[in-house]
Amino acid sequence: MIRVKNLRKSFGEGDKRITVLEDFNAHMEKGQITSIIGGSGSGKSTVLKHLIGAYRPDSGEIWIDDEEATHLRGEAINRVRKKFGIMFQSGALFNSLTVEDNVALPMREHTDLNEGTILIMVKMKLEMVGLRGAEHLKPSQLSGGMIKRIALARAIALDPKIVFYDEPSAGLDPISIGVIDKLIMDLSKKMGITSVVVTHEIPSAMRISDKIIMLFKGKIIAEGTPEEIRNSNDPKVTQFIEGSPDGPIPFSKSMTDYGEELKEMSRV
Amino acid sequence: MVRTFFGFIGRRGFEFAGVFESFFKEISGLYYLTRATLYCTFIEPLRGKPNKWRPVWTQMEEVGVKSTTIVFLVSFLIGVILAFQSAHQLSRLGALEFVGALVGVAILRELGPLMTALVMSGRVGAAFTAEMGTMKVSDEILALEIMALNPVKFLITPRFLALLIMLPCLTIMADLMGILGGFLIGVTTLGIDPVTYVNNSLDAMVIKDVVTGLVKSAVFAVIIVMVGSYMAFIIEGGAEMVGQNTRTAVVVSMILVIIADLIFTSLFFFVL
Repeated sequence: MIRVKNLRKSFGEGDKRITVLEDFNAHMEKGQITSIIGGSGSGKSTVLKHLIGAYRPDSGEIWIDDEEATHLRGEAINRVRKKFGIMFQSGALFNSLTVEDNVALPMREHTDLNEGTILIMVKMKLEMVGLRGAEHLKPSQLSGGMIKRIALARAIALDPKIVFYDEPSAGLDPISIGVIDKLIMDLSKKMGITSVVVTHEIPSAMRISDKIIMLFKGKIIAEGTPEEIRNSNDPKVTQFIEGSPDGPIPFSKSMTDYGEELKEMSRV
Repeated sequence: MVRTFFGFIGRRGFEFAGVFESFFKEISGLYYLTRATLYCTFIEPLRGKPNKWRPVWTQMEEVGVKSTTIVFLVSFLIGVILAFQSAHQLSRLGALEFVGALVGVAILRELGPLMTALVMSGRVGAAFTAEMGTMKVSDEILALEIMALNPVKFLITPRFLALLIMLPCLTIMADLMGILGGFLIGVTTLGIDPVTYVNNSLDAMVIKDVVTGLVKSAVFAVIIVMVGSYMAFIIEGGAEMVGQNTRTAVVVSMILVIIADLIFTSLFFFVL
């Protein structure tokens, strides 16, 4: 369904060049849930932005449905984009529109359905995420969990084959996380949607995933079923899963030596 | 000594080059966005992708109908002020009854279109940048792109059409209000005979004045929308940048409106 080959991306110029993604290879199969996990700054959001075509890679290929997507432009990229839906971390609902108009927007713009049919379909999508009755609210009147569920309803408005989830459970209470997890699983199992979830919520990823890819500093350090990841011997993987502060993954993001930097400051 | 001097010149040179480079980057960015907008607004409908008119109506109400109060007030007062200011000088020449002619021509040719455009770049240009900039910051514009909707067609085209239609309309109303303001002062405080006032005004004003004013206001509309939208679309980061770019958008569109006014006025002066 989605195959990624040797994806490579770096930002910045000259000395400040930072490689954020190095030789990323992945295969996301139809109807399965693939989770990409990793700490902040590990490159997982960068992977997602490449998959949706917001970034262009320095090198590498992304095949979506047997079509190479990285070089597409204009109309061609829109054709590929109609195959997938995305649920943004912030929801990215249009604040000026009501919930109903938000969910109806892709249908109104991309199909020739009449208004009555569209409203029925909106109601169906809202029922799927359990928010029927919220049609006439504005996004600012909704809670964080509700915004994510509406965002999901909008993502699946055109019945896409692929849905991307950017941190679906970040900042939600345990019950909302459970609800979102169940929705993701239902969608991929019942409707055969290929799901790609970018997250750092380990318990949630373990529950829903068919396959987990773990990134560290732009490189894949572990890949496999939740069971395989849990039984991994790699100290980096176990540290991340257990969430322990001590281990090979440093807490500090600083590049320079702390002592040296303090000495440098006292000299001045 | 010599080295420091040349070092100073070199550094300044680089800074200057940097300023130039960023200036041309902005200009070319603005140019490309304008081209994309013109394409989406006028060419795409001919290729089977018709414009939706409902968002245009909404924007027309937002930028046009709701701006009438401030435009009326400003242009009415400009007419009043102009009548007072010119009365003093004209009465010294014994030509008090020509106040109407002066006010009418000044409003039609210059002050009507210009004041309306300046008021609108503050009221509407700022709103465009703030609204679309917030959408950019909260990933809504990215969401549009990912939903295979062109943000230019979806966001800029309705605003572009709305202001392109409404700014000339507002200009006509501003012209009328300005002339009315001058008339009221002329016949009451200044004590000019109403019939003489109207006759002198009509003799002085020609239809060309109105047309050139309207041509100018259409150009001003393009400037206000494009600068407002461009400043929104280049925002990266957070709320701070939204504020900064909103301010820049208002300043830049006011300056460009004045420059365009100068260019068109001299063009009409020499050509027509």
